[in-house]
Amino acid sequence: MRKVVGLILLLVLVASLVSGVLLIHPFGHPDASDMDDYIIENAQEETGSNNVVAAVLFDYRGLDTLGEATILFTAVMGVLLLVRTLKRKEESS
Amino acid sequence: MLSKIVRTVANQLILFIIVFGLYVITHGHITPGGGFQGGAVIVSGVVMLLVAFSSQELKKSLRERVLSIMESTGALIFAILAFAGIGTAFFYNFLVGTPIFGRIPATGPGPGDIWTGGVIPLMNFAVGLKVIAGLSAVVLAIALFSSGEEVEE
Repeated sequence: MRKVVGLILLLVLVASLVSGVLLIHPFGHPDASDMDDYIIENAQEETGSNNVVAAVLFDYRGLDTLGEATILFTAVMGVLLLVRTLKRKEESS
Repeated sequence: MLSKIVRTVANQLILFIIVFGLYVITHGHITPGGGFQGGAVIVSGVVMLLVAFSSQELKKSLRERVLSIMESTGALIFAILAFAGIGTAFFYNFLVGTPIFGRIPATGPGPGDIWTGGVIPLMNFAVGLKVIAGLSAVVLAIALFSSGEEVEE
C-alpha cells in the first residue's frame, strides 16, 4: 500500500517537474527580455535605488543573496572548525 | 614582522583603505559596489596589516570572539530586514516612501541621493559587517595556524 502511494506521489512529482521544464521561460534567449525590461523600467520607482544591480541583488532576488550570505557563514564556520580540530590533534599526538 | 618603513606605511594606509571600503559599502545603492565588495576592500587592508605586522601582533587587537559576534550580528540584521517585509512578501522593500531611506529618484540616469533605496543600504551594511568579520576571522585563523600559534577561542 505504501509503495503504491509512494509511486503515485513520485509520478505526480515527476509530471509536475517535467511540465515545469517544458513551460519554462526560454533561458538566456536574447528575445525573451520581458523580465529585464520590467526591471529596467520599474526598479528605480519600486525600490528607490539608482543602482539597478543592487536593486536586483537585495530586493528582487533577495533570497539569492541570503543564500550567498549563508554560504559565507558556512565557509567561515568550516575554516574555524577545521583549524581548531587540526590544532587539537597536533597537541594530542 | 617586516621592517619599520613597511610598518609605518601600512599604519598610514589602513585608514584610507577603511574609509574607501566604508564608502563602497554606504554608496552601494547609488554607485557600483555594495556590502560584499566594500567588505572585501577592508579585509584586504587587514591582510596588509597581517603581512606588515605578525599574526601574533594582530591577534591582540582583533579578537576572534568579537569577530564571530560581529558576523552573527550582520547575518541577524539581514534576516530580520528580510522578514520585516513579510506582510507583503519575503524581501519586500517596506521602507520605500517612508522618511527613512525612502526617497524615490527620477527614472533614468542621475547623480543619486543617499536617502534612497529603502532597505537596500541597510542590507548592504549588514552584509558588509558580515563579510568584514567573517573574512578577517578566516584570514587571521589561517595565519595563526600556519605560524604554529594557539588559535584564540
